[in-house]
Amino acid sequence: MTPPADDAAPGPVGPGPVGPGPVGPGPVGHGRMLRKEDARFVRGLGRFVDDIRLPGMLHGAVLRSPYAHARIVSVDVSAAESHPLVRAVITGELLAERGLAWMPTLSHDVAAVLATDKVRYQGQEVAFVVAENRYAARDALCLIDVEYEPLEPVIDARRALDGDAPLVRDELQRDNRVFDWESGDAAATEAAFAAAAHVSACDLLYPRVHPSPLETCGIVASVDRVSGRLTVHATTQAPHAHRALYSTIAGIPEHRIRIIAPDIGGGFGNKVGMYPGYLCAVVGSILTGAPVKWTEDRSENLMSTSFARDYHMRGEIASTSDGRILALRVRVLADHGAFNGTAQPSKFPAGFFHIFTGSYAVPAAHCHVTGVYTNKAPGGVAYACSFRVTEASYLVERLVDVLAHDLGRDPAALRMQNLLRPEDFPYRCATGWEYDSGDYPRTLALALEMAGYDELRREQAAVRAADTGSRMGIGISFFTEAVGAGPRATMDIAGFGMADAAELRIHPTGSAMLAVSCMSQGQGHETTFAQMVAEELGIPPDLVDVVQGDTDRTPFGLGTYGSRSTPVAGAATVVAARRVRERARTVAAAMLEVAPGDLEWEKGRFGVRGVPGVGATIAEIALAAHSDLELPEGVEGQLDATCVYNPPNLTFPCGAYVCVVDVDTGTGQVVVRRFVAVDDCGVRINPTIVEGQVHGGLADGIGMALMELIAFDRCGNHLGASFMDYLLPTAMECPSWELGETVTPSPHHPIGAKGIGECATVGSPAAVVNAVLDAIGVRHADMPLTPAQVWRALQGTPMRNDLAVL
Amino acid sequence: MEVTLTVNGREHTREIEPRLLLVHLLRDELGLTGTHWGCDTSNCGACVVWMDEVPVKSCTVLAAMAGGRRVRTVEGLERPSGLDPVQTSFMICHGLQCGFCTPAMLMTARWLLDHVPDPSDAEIRDAVSGLTCRCTGYENIVRSIRHAAATERGAS
Repeated sequence: MTPPADDAAPGPVGPGPVGPGPVGPGPVGHGRMLRKEDARFVRGLGRFVDDIRLPGMLHGAVLRSPYAHARIVSVDVSAAESHPLVRAVITGELLAERGLAWMPTLSHDVAAVLATDKVRYQGQEVAFVVAENRYAARDALCLIDVEYEPLEPVIDARRALDGDAPLVRDELQRDNRVFDWESGDAAATEAAFAAAAHVSACDLLYPRVHPSPLETCGIVASVDRVSGRLTVHATTQAPHAHRALYSTIAGIPEHRIRIIAPDIGGGFGNKVGMYPGYLCAVVGSILTGAPVKWTEDRSENLMSTSFARDYHMRGEIASTSDGRILALRVRVLADHGAFNGTAQPSKFPAGFFHIFTGSYAVPAAHCHVTGVYTNKAPGGVAYACSFRVTEASYLVERLVDVLAHDLGRDPAALRMQNLLRPEDFPYRCATGWEYDSGDYPRTLALALEMAGYDELRREQAAVRAADTGSRMGIGISFFTEAVGAGPRATMDIAGFGMADAAELRIHPTGSAMLAVSCMSQGQGHETTFAQMVAEELGIPPDLVDVVQGDTDRTPFGLGTYGSRSTPVAGAATVVAARRVRERARTVAAAMLEVAPGDLEWEKGRFGVRGVPGVGATIAEIALAAHSDLELPEGVEGQLDATCVYNPPNLTFPCGAYVCVVDVDTGTGQVVVRRFVAVDDCGVRINPTIVEGQVHGGLADGIGMALMELIAFDRCGNHLGASFMDYLLPTAMECPSWELGETVTPSPHHPIGAKGIGECATVGSPAAVVNAVLDAIGVRHADMPLTPAQVWRALQGTPMRNDLAVL
Repeated sequence: MEVTLTVNGREHTREIEPRLLLVHLLRDELGLTGTHWGCDTSNCGACVVWMDEVPVKSCTVLAAMAGGRRVRTVEGLERPSGLDPVQTSFMICHGLQCGFCTPAMLMTARWLLDHVPDPSDAEIRDAVSGLTCRCTGYENIVRSIRHAAATERGAS
C-alpha cells in the first residue's frame, strides 16, 4: 500500500520540538516510515493467543482462593470431575505427585503452581479445570469444594517484620523478611549528612499498580502424544527464557519444546514471568492429549499476575544552604507479596533502584532496601519500570521538589544548578553506575523553553491572586534511565546471561530475513529492525522480513523488557548486518577482480575506489555469492551472518518533562492542561515509533499519578480487581502531548541508540505529582492524587492510599 | 436456543446457550477474531462492534440479543474499493501499536465520522472515551481520526 503523498513530510529533525506530521513512505534505513505490522491489525487480522484455535482444543479455568491467607483443609473435585463436559481437574496434590506443585521464580525463590498447604493471597491458584468449552470450565469451578481454615493475613508491609506478625512462608522461614540489600557508601553518606547545612526528608509511597496490557495473559499448550513435543503459543515477552523454564520445571527436554509468541497485545512487563496458569495448561494437555487454552480474564490479570512497585520509601537529601545537593540517603521497605517472583536481573534484589541519585552530581549516596513477604500477589517488576528505575526516579524527583519547597527555591533553577554537566560524562555515580552520555542542561533548557516556563509562573501567580477556586500548578521532572541489560557477566535472568542475538540471511536475489531473539508487544520491531538492516545494507526495509517470537526460528536471547530490544538485539542486528557487509566485500572483490581494500562502501553497493561507475550492489553481490563464481581461498559462499551481542554497559537515556495542571480546590479534581516532554534516547531509528512510545508512557504517568491503585482491605481483599475499580487513563484525561528531542548518541552502542520504551513511564509520574502539589502548595501527598486525595491533602490530612483502612 | 443474525452482510444461524456473549459468538463460533475481549465490565471497549449501526460493547451483549440484528465488525470495514479511510489513517498517523484496541477504535471512529464529518479534537476524544488504549497515549488516535475526516472531506 502506498501512503498518500500529501501529509507525507517528515517532522523536523535535530534538537527542538518534534513535528506532528503523519509519516511518509519508507526511507532506505533510519527515518519515518509506515509500520509493516499495521496492515494486518487495521483489518482485524492480528493473531493474538486467544485467537488461536487448534483442532480438538480444550479450555482451562483456574479456581482461585477467596482468602488472602488460609490453610487448605481439603479439596474435593469429584463433582467437578463428573460434569459432562469436564475432561480433567488438576489440584495441587496431583501436581505434587509429579513434582510440579512448586516452581522456581526468577528471583531465587519458589512459588506455588497450585496451592497444597495453604493459600497466601486472594486470587491464588488452587485448582485447574479442563473442559470442552470456556463456559463449562467456569461452571465446573463452582463444583469444586475447598475447605479453608482462615489465617490472619499480613497486609500492611510496615507490620510484616513485627515480632507477632503472621508468617507468610512458614514452610521456609521464621519471619517475613525476603532480603536486606544496600548500595553506596554508608559512612561517607553519614558524614556528608552530618556536615550539611540543610537536610530535607520525606516519606513516600509508590503504590502497588498493575501494567494491565489490554490483552491479558494466555496460552495454548499442545503436547504431541507420539513425539512428546510441546508446542506453546503464549503471551511471552521472553520466548527463549520461557522454553528453558518449561524444560527445567516440567522435565521436558528443551529440544522438544517450541514456544511461539504470536502478536502480543501489550506487555509492559506483565508477560515476562511464568504463571501457574501456563503450567496447568501444559499439564492439562499432557493429561488429556489435546491442546489446552487458558486465557485470563481481567480480574485474574489484576489480582494475580505481576503487580508493580509497592515501595515504601524514606528519602533524605542533604544540601548546602544555597541548594547544592551533597548527599542522598534512602530506606526502602519493598512489599514483594507472597512469593519473591520479581522478574529482574537476579543479582539485583532491588532491581536498578540504586540509580536513585538520578540526573544530579551527588557526591555521596546510600540506600538500604528490605524486601518483605505479605499476603498479596507476587510480582514486583513490571509496568515499564526498567527494573525499579521508576521508583528511583520518582523518589529523587520528589525529593528535589521537597528540597526546593523547603529552601524556597524554584524547582527548575534548583535542578539546573545540580544537573550533571556534559563534561562529566562518562559519569560514575555514587552507587557505581557509569552513565554513558547526555547533555542534561540542554535537555532541560529546551523543555522549559517549549513550555514557556517563565510565562507559566507569571500566569500561576495571577491565578493564585485571583483566588477563583482553581489553582494552577507546574511540575518538572528530569530523569535518567538505565536500560539495555546486561552485560551478561553481571546481569542474568534465572541464570541466563542478558545477551541477545540476531541471524541475518541474505537471499540470492538480495532480499533478507532477520531472526531476532527479542519479541515485540507493540513496539514495532518488524519495522524498526528491518530499518536497521536497511540502513546498514542499503536495501529497502520492505525487502527485510523480521522473524521473532518463535524459538524454532530465532536464536536464543533474553527477550523484550527493560527497554532492551534496541540496545541489545538491535545492536546484534547491526553487528550482524556489518558482518554481512564485510562478507559482501570479499565476494565483490572477486566479482570485480580487485583487492577488497580497493572497494568503498556506498550505501547499498561497493564501488571501486577511483573508478566511478564500477561496482556491485548488495543484490548483485548476493546473487554472485550464491552462484558458481569462483571465490578466493577461504571465502565461504553466501552472505549470512549472526551475532550474539553482549552489551558492554547499559544505555542511559534521559529526559526533561514539564506538566501543567489545573486543580479545582472545591472538588480536588485535577486536569492536566499541558505536558511537554523532551527525550534524549540517542539516535532515533524511526522517530515516529519513538514518539509513539513516549506518548504511551506519558499516559502511564497520568494514570499512576492520578488514578491507578491496587489497594487492600484489612482482610486482604483486593480492591482493584476490575477496570471499574482499577482506573486507567482514557483520552479524556490525557492532553495533547508536546514532544521535543535532544540527541546525544550512546558512545558504546553500534549506532548510538538508547532504549526508549519505558522512559516516559519512568519520568512522567513525578512531573504530574510535582505539578499537583505545586498547585495546592502541599509539600507531599502520595499517589494516586485522586480528587479525594487532593481534597484531603488540601485539608492538611493526606490519606494513606495503599490500604482501605487508615 | 437458535439465533440468526447478520454479520458483515452475511446471515448466520447458530444453536447457542442463552448466556453466550456476543463477543464469544463472534470470536469462537464465527471465527471473527478481530473483535477482542479485554475486561468483561464494559470499561476497556476492546469488544466494540456495531449492532444495527450503533456501537455496542459485545462483552456485555448476549448473542441472543443480536438475533435478527445486523452486526458489523472490523472485518466488515474494508470495502471492495480498498481500506476504509479510518483504516488507512490509523496506519499513516501511527494510531496503533500493539493493535489490540485498534478494531474497536476503528469501529468507533467510523461511527463518529458517519455522524460528525468534521469533528473537533474534543469531539474525537469524547467519542473514544469509552475505549482504553495502553500504548498510544491517544495522541495519534486523535490525529488518525482527524486525518481520516480530512481525507473524506477532501474526497467528497
